[in-house]
Amino acid sequence: MSVDAATVRRIAHLARIAVSEGEVPHLQGELNAMLAFVEQLSEVNVAGVEPMTSVTPMQMKKRQDVVDDGEIADDIVANAPATEGHFFLVPKVVE
Amino acid sequence: MTDLTSLTLAEARKGLADKTFTSLELTDAHLSAIEAARVLNAFVMETPDQARAMAREADAKIAKGEVGPLAGIPLGIKDLFATKGVRTTACSKILGNFVPTYESTVTSQLWRDGAVMLGKLNNDEFAMGSANETSCFGPVGNPWRREGSNTTLVPGGSSGGSASAVAALLCMGATATDTGGSIRQPAAFTATVGIKPTYGRCSRWGIVAFASSLDQAGPIARTTRDAAMLLRSMAGHDPKDTTSVDIPVPDYEAAIGKSVKGMKIGIPKEYRLDGMPAEIEKLWSEGAAWLKAAGAELVEVSLPHTKYALPAYYIVAPAEASSNLARYDGVRYGLREQGKNINELYENTRAEGFGAEVRRRVMIGTYVLSAGYYDAYYLRAQKVRTLIKKDFEDCFAKGIDAILTPATPSAAFGIGEKGGADPVEMYLNDIFTVTVNMAGLPGIAVPAGKDAQGLPLGLQLIGRPFDEETLFSLGEVIEQAAGRFTPARWW
Repeated sequence: MSVDAATVRRIAHLARIAVSEGEVPHLQGELNAMLAFVEQLSEVNVAGVEPMTSVTPMQMKKRQDVVDDGEIADDIVANAPATEGHFFLVPKVVE
Repeated sequence: MTDLTSLTLAEARKGLADKTFTSLELTDAHLSAIEAARVLNAFVMETPDQARAMAREADAKIAKGEVGPLAGIPLGIKDLFATKGVRTTACSKILGNFVPTYESTVTSQLWRDGAVMLGKLNNDEFAMGSANETSCFGPVGNPWRREGSNTTLVPGGSSGGSASAVAALLCMGATATDTGGSIRQPAAFTATVGIKPTYGRCSRWGIVAFASSLDQAGPIARTTRDAAMLLRSMAGHDPKDTTSVDIPVPDYEAAIGKSVKGMKIGIPKEYRLDGMPAEIEKLWSEGAAWLKAAGAELVEVSLPHTKYALPAYYIVAPAEASSNLARYDGVRYGLREQGKNINELYENTRAEGFGAEVRRRVMIGTYVLSAGYYDAYYLRAQKVRTLIKKDFEDCFAKGIDAILTPATPSAAFGIGEKGGADPVEMYLNDIFTVTVNMAGLPGIAVPAGKDAQGLPLGLQLIGRPFDEETLFSLGEVIEQAAGRFTPARWW
């Protein structure tokens, strides 16, 4: 399988990465090189094989359903580029 | 006094305990070495004040007889580990001036045991790379050069700063992380020892995430013993990482010097690649001969799905990365590029903040997870991963204790020499190491010799899950036989 220019633009949008028209052919070439490389997986017989979900056999650990952290709003917003009080600021989303 | 930077970690521990020198003296010696080696670009942030304060604290504790396992030992920290109050960037522009308000579990355990932080080490952006060339701080120089050449070579990646700093004697050991070979490949390129422990052995909490089902932290050190000492402090259960395993951490150092007599060592025939350099082949046979001389038995084994590990990795790892890196949105931390609306803000921030390799991998990951392609790519890759793991399980079920392979298909190469035209050329560096991540197993790279141009080459040992001890015992046999390798200082 390979991607065309329209697909490159669609993936870039899905990934929320701005791509200029000039970058599209180059990215298309690189993505197709990677897809050509992974193409060899199609020759593996995977009939009846379970997909891996956990590399080490383990039970998902569960913790007590209690609050054990919090009251750190100052820490949470400490590195934000734009805040007001304990809120993150973004461009207007709802008109 | 002899140059304190030339000691191994184990020797420094003894010197500190015997009060031959103080941690402050040891730390100062390394800080001077770092300053004199800035051309290597191994450190992206030096923290001399903090280092001296930590060293004084360690000296006070040593004076009182409170000696932690790493008391007073100066270390470098890969910039992927969150360090409280010290800028942590994953060497990406998108994290900008991110200063964590918390400490990663692995580093907090090193400080608990008395270690001293010298600074933060360079790496490939988000650990995506095999040459440390994708860092937003620029490439790292390998302290090793080809005989008679002034060309600066790469130290490997992604833990290139860690490997370069340890090899150039700028720190006594370093933290590193390994998703497809990022500890073992740079260790092999710099004649240092690097171990990627079993998945789940070290907590991933507070380490910038790349591909969560593959990422593991481990040390890069000057000797096998030093690596064992560091791993003991780094490993251990952490309730904050649900994949961290709740089993006791053994005294890895006790495995150093233990007999390997009667151990069965697998030699996988699939690792004998067409066109593999004769010197790699020779090194591999030599390593096998050393283990045989130490009483181990060599057995040819088969890992039939080996060739599919790298392509499967280049679906699984980018898929997980595209999901993990979704958090960099220009809203909560790091870089922000303005846009007319929220979508443009995201898109502009991520276009400006991510480097070319990261953009490429996020896009591939997005593609293989997108509607209509998930089954053909991602699901198939996860099935292939099951088969890769089964290869190893079958092998261990036949009584194999560990597997010996080359660590890399070549020695270090020049900056800008690889991957310019085709990204896959760079990816092939990890061909021998990536299988281990796919199967969640422990793997160690130990220096074993040099190529015709005088560059170091390493061998890799792969172990059963949570049997790092066997790797340390076998690694020590190779280290004793091969000797230690130190680069001639040119910086």
